[in-house]
Amino acid sequence: MLQGTLIYGLINSVVLMLVALGFSVTFGISGVANFAYGALYIMAGYLAWLGLHALHLPYWLAAPGAVLITAGVAALIYWFILLRVRGLVVSEVIATFGVGLAILELFRYLGFIGFEYTLPQVDASYNIGETVVDAQRLLIVAAGLALAGFLWLFTHHTKVGLAFRGIAQDERTSLTLGINTDKIAAFSVAFGAGYAALAALVILPLGTIAVNEGYNVLVNALAVCIVGGLGSTVGIIVASLLIGYAQILTATYLETHWMMIVSLVAILLILAIKPSGLFGVHKELEERI
Amino acid sequence: MARRRERVDRGIKVRSEDVYALTSWREMLYLAAPRVLPVVALFVLGMTASVYWERVLVSTCMFAMLAISWDVLNSAGMVSLGQALFFGMGAYIAGTLNHYLGLGPWLTLPLATLGGGLVCTLVLLPVLRLRGIYFAMVTLILPLMIERVIEATKIFGGTEGLSGLTPLGSEHVQFLVALVAVWVALYGFRRMMGTDYGLLLKGIKDNDRAVMSAGINIYWYKAQALFLASAVGAFAGAFMTHAYQFVGMPVFALDYSIMPIASVAVGGMGTLAGPMLGSFILVPLSELLRGLGGLRTVIYAVILVACTVGLPEGVFHYLARKYTQFERWAEVDK
Repeated sequence: MLQGTLIYGLINSVVLMLVALGFSVTFGISGVANFAYGALYIMAGYLAWLGLHALHLPYWLAAPGAVLITAGVAALIYWFILLRVRGLVVSEVIATFGVGLAILELFRYLGFIGFEYTLPQVDASYNIGETVVDAQRLLIVAAGLALAGFLWLFTHHTKVGLAFRGIAQDERTSLTLGINTDKIAAFSVAFGAGYAALAALVILPLGTIAVNEGYNVLVNALAVCIVGGLGSTVGIIVASLLIGYAQILTATYLETHWMMIVSLVAILLILAIKPSGLFGVHKELEERI
Repeated sequence: MARRRERVDRGIKVRSEDVYALTSWREMLYLAAPRVLPVVALFVLGMTASVYWERVLVSTCMFAMLAISWDVLNSAGMVSLGQALFFGMGAYIAGTLNHYLGLGPWLTLPLATLGGGLVCTLVLLPVLRLRGIYFAMVTLILPLMIERVIEATKIFGGTEGLSGLTPLGSEHVQFLVALVAVWVALYGFRRMMGTDYGLLLKGIKDNDRAVMSAGINIYWYKAQALFLASAVGAFAGAFMTHAYQFVGMPVFALDYSIMPIASVAVGGMGTLAGPMLGSFILVPLSELLRGLGGLRTVIYAVILVACTVGLPEGVFHYLARKYTQFERWAEVDK
């Protein structure tokens, strides 16, 4: 019982982390709002499904195709929509949220609802101690570790990754240092969407692809980013572990009704006590006065 | 020859800005028309419309009040992503007072307005020191959490809500109350923002540390602004509770947080009239699109994005500019 809780808590945490990583690249690290994130996540799932079942492509072609198309769509969203309202925070949020709404509801309108919309998963299961864990969930954990590690390396040791962090700190200063902020911001939106697509490809096989999941994904990603602190990859890992275990523990020992409440209370407490998050860069006068 | 567009104030605006220079009917009309015409037009529109559209106008007025409340808060430097908190608080206070104590709507409306404002202010008091996105996130999370708490603890009717509440009166009575409320809110707050008090609130938004260094307790003023704004939102909630004769978990839903912000994005912030205009565009539009079925939300979202991207300053600012200024091509000096 306890062992099962621990293992499934870890898996739940990694799912949260995978979902939050892409959002963190754009919003947390580069400071570009992309509230169409949940829609892009779901879109990647449907694109892969379409590739497999409508075009009858092999998996090794359909999956990377879905990732690339999602990233391309995100770059287009930035170039034609976000770029024009850059700096007007309310308009940024509303415009990207509107795009996400349009994408998600379009899929709903086209009838992409039902049990046949599933992605292929790895069929196998292993016993860890007394707990049975299927291979897909192990794959999720492996993918989570790999993607988080890659993100940390990318944002700390490559030129583009450092530019991501640069435009979040000060866009004008990065301009003077020869960083093309528009291109970098577009690239960061596309990069985040690519991460969302990868997360979708490993997580969605656990269930069916559902439109409503897009909204939950956005809220979860936002929650993890806030608790962990904007701009910190380590913060994301710690925050997903915290929220993930809190959710699984409340689901086991209380009712499932309380699962969402626990993560919301965690966010509220973090915001009230340490607004920049657990590992975020502390900005004394910017966060409270 | 390089040219640029130049904007110049219209003569009539310059003349009529000074009250003592009002010499002709034309100038007085120029000032009065944009203020009086909407009031008259909305009144006539509502009284002649069908029952269905009269109801749409009533809920439009309430969304407009939520949007105005957003703009008041924003003028004092607080960005809210959770107008549903104010709306839901007012709705539940009015609903429980009516359901458990049997108070009539004319008693629950003022009680819910004041009570809702007070409760929301007290709830947000601990995070009043937070700025910008951090304050916004707290307001976004609170209504979502209250919704879940009601679901889990099953208080006040739980998921079923409270139904069979006392109605407000006939369609016309409802419409008139909503109309008076929204105009009082708009012109009252516009007047307030013009006084020294409003200037102080704007100062807190522009540079809170400068206001502090002038020896002014900004938390006290922020709390007051919060109370005013949340009371307006609570009124809207209480009113809709009696109009629908029902209160339940949906009053804390994300719709009531997003619609006011969308109105602000379309109408343009900072003037209070902009957000109101925005909701008078968006709410009837979403009703018009109802016939399209599933495509409704898609088209609605596309229009919303087109408005925010095509006219980032907002419809109201655009119209106001066209009304008070003219544009011409001017040659650029070498």
